[in-house]
Amino acid sequence: MDTGTFRGIITGLLIIAFLGLTFWAYSKRRKPDFDEAANLPFADDQPSFDEERPSTDDTRTSSDDRRRDTDPRHGGPQENQGDKNT
Amino acid sequence: MSTALEHPTYNYTVVRQFAIMTVVWGIVGMLLGVVLAAQLVWPELNLGLPWTSFGRLRPLHTNAVIFAFGGSALFATSYYVVQRTCQTRLFSDKLAAFTFWGWQAVILSAVISLPLGYTTTKEYAELEWPINILIAAVWISYAIVFLMTIKLRKTSHIYVANWFFAAFILTVAVLHIVNNAAIPVTAMYSTSIYAGTIDAMVQWWYGHNAVGFFLTAGFLGMMYYFVPKQAERPIYSYRLSIVHFWALIMVYMWAGPHHLHYTALPNWAQSLGMIMSIILLAPSWGGMINGMMTLSGAWHKLRTDPTLRFLVVALSFYGMSTFEGPMMAVKTVNALSHYTDWTIGHVHAGALGWVAMITIGSMYHLIPRLFGRTEMHSVNLIAVHFWLATIGTVLYIAAMWVNGILQGLMWRAINADGTLMYTFVESVEASGPGYIVRLIGGLCWVAGMLIMAYNVTMTVKRSDAADARQPLAQTA
Repeated sequence: MDTGTFRGIITGLLIIAFLGLTFWAYSKRRKPDFDEAANLPFADDQPSFDEERPSTDDTRTSSDDRRRDTDPRHGGPQENQGDKNT
Repeated sequence: MSTALEHPTYNYTVVRQFAIMTVVWGIVGMLLGVVLAAQLVWPELNLGLPWTSFGRLRPLHTNAVIFAFGGSALFATSYYVVQRTCQTRLFSDKLAAFTFWGWQAVILSAVISLPLGYTTTKEYAELEWPINILIAAVWISYAIVFLMTIKLRKTSHIYVANWFFAAFILTVAVLHIVNNAAIPVTAMYSTSIYAGTIDAMVQWWYGHNAVGFFLTAGFLGMMYYFVPKQAERPIYSYRLSIVHFWALIMVYMWAGPHHLHYTALPNWAQSLGMIMSIILLAPSWGGMINGMMTLSGAWHKLRTDPTLRFLVVALSFYGMSTFEGPMMAVKTVNALSHYTDWTIGHVHAGALGWVAMITIGSMYHLIPRLFGRTEMHSVNLIAVHFWLATIGTVLYIAAMWVNGILQGLMWRAINADGTLMYTFVESVEASGPGYIVRLIGGLCWVAGMLIMAYNVTMTVKRSDAADARQPLAQTA
């Protein structure tokens, strides 16, 4: 096998790997896992985890928890985490 | 510093140290940039001394902004993000402390050795071999701390930001060690083990991947954590982030030859570099769109939140410079742009617009949280900083576009008999006004950074005062 053929095969394998990765990432089966992963930046703001961290005030209300349960897009930042800089 | 700030789970000490040094080195590095910009307007400002000449201060500026400012920001954010998204403490506090003090030692050695004239002459890798060994030791420790922390994670997933940080750490280790392979001659002099064109190709394989992994992948890690946090919603598409990651790291590696168009490098390698650079537009814009679309339904927050504005404008500049880059990698465009100020403008569109802005946005999110506060001392001063930074960047890159195209056109203009229409010094003279505008842009940036330093100082002070007043409230 000459160098050109070898390079061609490598290029072909990389294209297959990339297409495979794309199909894997966009398969329906992966959706719940990825939704969980996407919420990781907010996961350690959960109250159970939060109890052991120093908190600057205690204005957490139950409405925060409700909002988190009903709307995954508001997946967790709490008012007392200071996520609003305004 | 008060012990009440110590987090029960996480190691915030090293994050705080790196975060503060990010601001300090940002001011130092950008001030050096302003001095250099002023030297190009008034050459007498080199003071006639070797230590303050342009050729010695320029590598100090690039090292200070890339490795001191950008590096400290990457250490701070990667240590913070990996702990918070893996919900575990850093693997080793001692090794993490070594990375902090070791990295500061590297920067101080650069501050001393570069003005003294010790240089390998490799761009962005100017430091001599003893310092390179220290860098390698610090970097390998960094990799151990970061990767072992991921291994110890309490979560099942490795969040995408950590993938980008890990790729950045591993690749920079490989790049640094391969490119700096050298034979020591004396205590502060070495020669590269590569020769001629191969040396040039290794250098720009390093140089472009320093851009791709240090200044892009690392800061994309920042983007994937701080944009969702500040916008208070998860990333637009986690699937796209996975495709973005693999596409970016597969393509970036091959783009280096575009720095060597029309040189002794074989033509096929130049063409390969050009084509891979154009392909690179796709993953770059995929990432930019992913960050931008995270704000869909939350655009109104930009009106009131200058921190989020920093992050979003950073993404805009990222999109702009990752379009400009592939365009400049096209050989016919490069024939005009290479060796002109356009290149410097392009670098700063990325370095100021993308890297510095995403860093500053992340720091304004991070610093209050590290010091037990909900927000920075003054939100209005963040807004002032935002406008200074944005106007400064626009002035800088617009001036360099004008200068670059002007220079490129003047250098290639020929008379009917085939002789050059302009001498080189005529193109320098014509660049004068652009250099003044660039200096003004740089001054805007330094002014903004000084405002940031004041804001950070007040934030840290007020948190200390609050601890002294109500020590028990911290544990409530």
